[in-house]
This record gives sequence, structure tokens and C-alpha cells, in this order.
Amino acid sequence: MKKLLMATAALALGATTALAETKIGMITTLSGGGAGLGIDVRDGFMLAIKQSGRDDIEVVIEDDQRKPDIAVQLADKMVQSERVDILTGIIWSNLAMAVIPSVTAQGKFYLSPNAGPSALAGQGCHQNYFNVAWQNDNLHEAAGAYAAEAGYKNSFILAPNYPAGQDALTGYKRMFGGELAGEVYTQLGQTDYAAEIAQIRASGADSVFFFLPGGMGISFLKQYADSGVELPVIGPAFSFDQGILQAVGDAALGVVNTSQWNKDIDNPTNNAFVETFQTEYGRLPSLYASQGFDTANLILSALDKAEVSDADAFRDALRAADFSSTRGAFKFGPNHHPIQTIYAREVIKEGDVYTNKIIGVALEDHADAYAADCKM
Amino acid sequence: MSALLIIEQVLNGLQFGVMLFLMAAGLTLIFGVMGLINLAHGSLYMIGAFAAAAVAGATGSFILALGAALAAAAIAGALIEITVIRRLYGKAHLDQVLATFALILIFSEGTRWVFGSFPLFLDIPDYLSGPVTLPGGIQYPFYRLTLIAAGLLVGLGLWFLIERTRVGIQIRAGENDREMIAALGIDITRLYTLVFAIGAALAGLAGALVGAIQSVQVGMGEPVLILAFVVIVIGGIGSIKGAFIGALLVGLTDTLGGIFLPELFKLFMEPGAATQTGSALASMAIYILMSLVLIWRPTGLFGARA
Repeated sequence: MKKLLMATAALALGATTALAETKIGMITTLSGGGAGLGIDVRDGFMLAIKQSGRDDIEVVIEDDQRKPDIAVQLADKMVQSERVDILTGIIWSNLAMAVIPSVTAQGKFYLSPNAGPSALAGQGCHQNYFNVAWQNDNLHEAAGAYAAEAGYKNSFILAPNYPAGQDALTGYKRMFGGELAGEVYTQLGQTDYAAEIAQIRASGADSVFFFLPGGMGISFLKQYADSGVELPVIGPAFSFDQGILQAVGDAALGVVNTSQWNKDIDNPTNNAFVETFQTEYGRLPSLYASQGFDTANLILSALDKAEVSDADAFRDALRAADFSSTRGAFKFGPNHHPIQTIYAREVIKEGDVYTNKIIGVALEDHADAYAADCKM
Repeated sequence: MSALLIIEQVLNGLQFGVMLFLMAAGLTLIFGVMGLINLAHGSLYMIGAFAAAAVAGATGSFILALGAALAAAAIAGALIEITVIRRLYGKAHLDQVLATFALILIFSEGTRWVFGSFPLFLDIPDYLSGPVTLPGGIQYPFYRLTLIAAGLLVGLGLWFLIERTRVGIQIRAGENDREMIAALGIDITRLYTLVFAIGAALAGLAGALVGAIQSVQVGMGEPVLILAFVVIVIGGIGSIKGAFIGALLVGLTDTLGGIFLPELFKLFMEPGAATQTGSALASMAIYILMSLVLIWRPTGLFGARA
């Protein structure tokens, strides 16, 4: 009897491994203040997996709570006991820096659906690390280019004091070229910006650039709108994504922000994505959702060509990026970061829903500034 | 750096301070009377903000929203006091921390379950929005002035409640000797529930007032909770007066430190590095303040017991 049980157990075990040939580990933020971003990435990713109809892919999803130590524990668990082939999902650059170098060194593939810290795009690049979203600086460079083109001469710039915040201000300054009326680093997770707004008022700036993702951006915009400071505001898409616009309300209307994606990019993949995402989850997708969706489709396209176990062939298949992206044409630069067009969008109100509309191109076929430092 | 900017920053610091006071007052009251460390105080702040956002969304009235925040937080407070907290009074602080931390997780995920993961909309009502011009030509948001006034009023009300009413006498007696007031025939169980509900209501009010200018989202209470603990440690655990002075000190230190430290470093460093070093040091400023106060007075400014 005991033997029979063991045999059944062994059979059952064998059956599950046969079904799930590829195992993907997703570490993302599903609780706490930044949960909206992780949930969008997860939902976009799972939508693509579901649409592929493949039942030989298993996705293990874990919540990092936006804490680097927890992300590292989860990554160790996924690599050592879950034995995943591919990792993905991290939203925040400080978590990405803690996880990605160690998992790629262990021979796993990591595809980033969001964070793109500069340290991993230049000298720290790795042949098994691909970024499907952007290098952190990109959207801010586009904002800088837009500001310069709009004729602003003297910007006040602010961002939280963490890797992506520093990348943001570096990126803006790289393309802006004008004077800076002030440059301020705030605390990550800060909720009150009265002190910074007072500095903006006193600074004599002609424009304000800010990178404050998630709830930080909501707080800033509401307080800014109430302060009576009426300088034009520019930002990357992160402060104006679909998830938070409804919480900001009228305070965001008319603000120009830069993004590599928007729901009105007209191509069959994107149109279908926006429609099916809404049917599936009952809300409009954000750029994070589009990044999750693209990441999954990139993995699927590579799996069609090669097994993950054949690392070289699989890597070549990823590098070819032979999938239809929601952004239209998609290609990787030499450091495995996208070369892509970044648009300027404006916040509008469609009926009762706040959303974005593309008003122009900020940077065409833009590659990041670190690619030349990458030797792989 | 003009005088106007400095005055505006002092106002910002005051406003931050009085909101911290609303949080810290409840926390210190609960610790003083019941000897309980309540980590779930931040969750009550969140409940206040969510209740306000839900009611403001349904009715459009900010006053009703504030009422709902007070009521929801007080009810939630009374409920957890009766079901969970009551069993913890005799226990070690570590058990209290563990149990109230569990409450944080339950409230956070419960709120996410009801309201979803995306931030809610709660805005300043029209009649309080926009800037006003103060004497001297300072433009300052009217809502923040209202917050300062509301916080001071609540502080005054609390002082009156504790120093001048019968309930207040019982609360103070409960702080000094809980066996004795029980022996004098006061229903200590009811008193505890009442104190807990008052503390919770204050946290809920702070959540709703601050929620209108910040982001109403799951987990919004925890950063404030940490600051509120710093405040009551500085002020002396159990002292409302200490909480008030401590809150203003922390509010002013945090706000002014964020402005002046980077400026100070710019005097002898290049601007980019000065901004980064100054910002880093500014985020430590309140903890440095706390250590200095504790070196000078180990029980805090107005603390009676260690």
C-alpha cells in the first residue's frame, strides 16, 4: 500500500513537471504603497500568458512589499528551491540592484518589466539581463528635450533620493541644457511637499520638472495645485499613469508628460491589448501594464524559437525581439535596453475618466546614454 | 533665502507638527493610561482617510466626510479594543507589538480587499482651496492654515477634556494607579474602551484632514506612525503636553532641516553634492533631535516614568 502511494506521488510529481516545462518567477510589489504598479505589471503579464494558450508555462508570483531584503530572499528561494528559469517583475530600482546582479550571475535570465537603473545599463550590464521597459533616464531625457523645445530656460527639478531619482534628474539635465533654478532630492515615500513648493515659489523658475512615482506624485500635484504657484509642470509618465490620475483629479489636467507607451498608439497589438485588458480587469491599462504585457510576449516569442535550457539560443531569440509590441516596432540596443520613440502626452478628461493623449514625439528612436560602456 | 520663505517654511513646519500631534496624542494617551504600545494606530489613520474619501465621493460634503472619518476610526478603535487589545493589557510589550502588528496587516489587506489597490480621490472642498495672502505678502494655502487652526482647536479641546472634566480626572487617575481607581468603583473596562476610541478618533481625523492634500492609499499610516513614536519619545511617554511640544519640534525640525541643511552645505561644497548630503542629513535630523533630547532627559521632555 505504502509503495503504491509513493508510486502515485511520484507519478503526480512527474506529471506536474512534464506540464510546466518553463518556470517563470515574478517578484513584484503587490502590497503597501507601491502595489498599484506591481499589480498592473502582473495583470499585463498574465494577460499575455493567458492569451498565448500555452499550458507548459508556470508563473510563480511573490510580493516583495517594496523591501530590498524581502526581494533578495524571494529571489534566492526562486532560484534555489523553485528552480525557475527566468525571473521578472521588479518595479523599484533599489530592489532591482539588490536582485538582478546576483540572479544573472547564477546563470538565470532576468527580464525587467520596469526598473532600468543606469548601473545595469553601462559597465554593469549582463548578457542574461534584458530590460523591456526603458533605461531609467529615458523618459526624463524626453522630458528635458520637450522642455528645451517648449522654450523653458530655467527649471526647478525634484526627485526622491534613490537610484531611479538620481537617474531621473541626470536624464532631464542631459537633454534640457537650460539653467536650473533649483535641484532638490526628497525622501522616498515623502507625502508632504509644502517645503519644496515654497522653494519653488521663491526660486524664480519658469518651469517645474518632477519625478515622483505612485502616491508621492498624487500628494505633490494636489498640494501644488492648491499652492497658487502657477508655473508649468513637466514630468515622466510615472506621475500620470492610469492608476493614479483618478486620485489626482483636475489638478493634473493639461500637464505634459513623457511616455514610451499610451493607449492611443495605433497598432493592432495595442488596440487589442487595451480592449482585452479592459474586458479582463475592468479598468484601463497603464504603461506598467503594457510593459508587463510586452515582457511576457517577448518571453513567449523566444520560447517559440528555443528552449531556455539552451541558454545561448534562447538569449539570441530574446535579443531578436521578434514579437509584436504594444509600442509598435521594438528593438534592443547592444546593452539589451530598448531603442524606442518616446512621446509627449497631455492629461485629458474622457467623460468621467482622466487619461492621457499623445500630442507629439519628444525623442525619436532614442537609445540610452550608457550603451557604449557596456561590454558583454 | 528671503524672510518670506523662512516664514512660509515655519508655517509648513507648524502645520506638519499639529497633524503629528493628532496622531501622537492618541498614541501617548493609550500608552499612558493602558500601558499599551499600539502599532495599529497608523491603520486607524488610514481608516479615517478611507472613510472620508468614500463619504466625500458619495455625498460631496467635506464636513460629512470628516464626521465619517471620526466615527469610523472611533468605532474601529472601540471594536479592536474590545476584541483584541483588551487581552493584551497584562501582557509583555513584545506580545502587544506582535498582536498590534498583526492588526496592521489585517487592516491593510482588508482595506485593499474593500477599496482596491489604487489610491482614492479625496480633495479639498472649494471653500477651503487656493492660497490666501497673509500680512507681509506671503501667499499660503488656506487649507493648511485651516489645518493649523483645527489641530490647535483639537489640542485645546483635549486639554479641556483631560484637565477640566470628570472623564479627564478618571483618565489621569488611571495613568497614576489603575488598581486604585478600579477599587474606587470606576468601571475601568469602559474607561479603557473610551480612551482607546478617543485616541482612534483623533488618528482618524488626522488621516482625513491630511488625506485631502495627500494620497489616500493602503499603507499611508505607517510612515506617520514612526514619526508619531518619535514625537512621544521626545515629549515623554504618556504626556499630552509633551506630545504637543514634541510634535511641533519634530514638525519644525523636519521641515526646516530639509531646507536649510542643503543650503548650509552649499556654503562649502559644490551644489550637487551639497544637495545630496544635505537631504540625507535632513532625513536624519529628527532622529538626531530625539537622541539629543534623550541624552539630556532620558524620560523625554515631560515624561514621568522611565
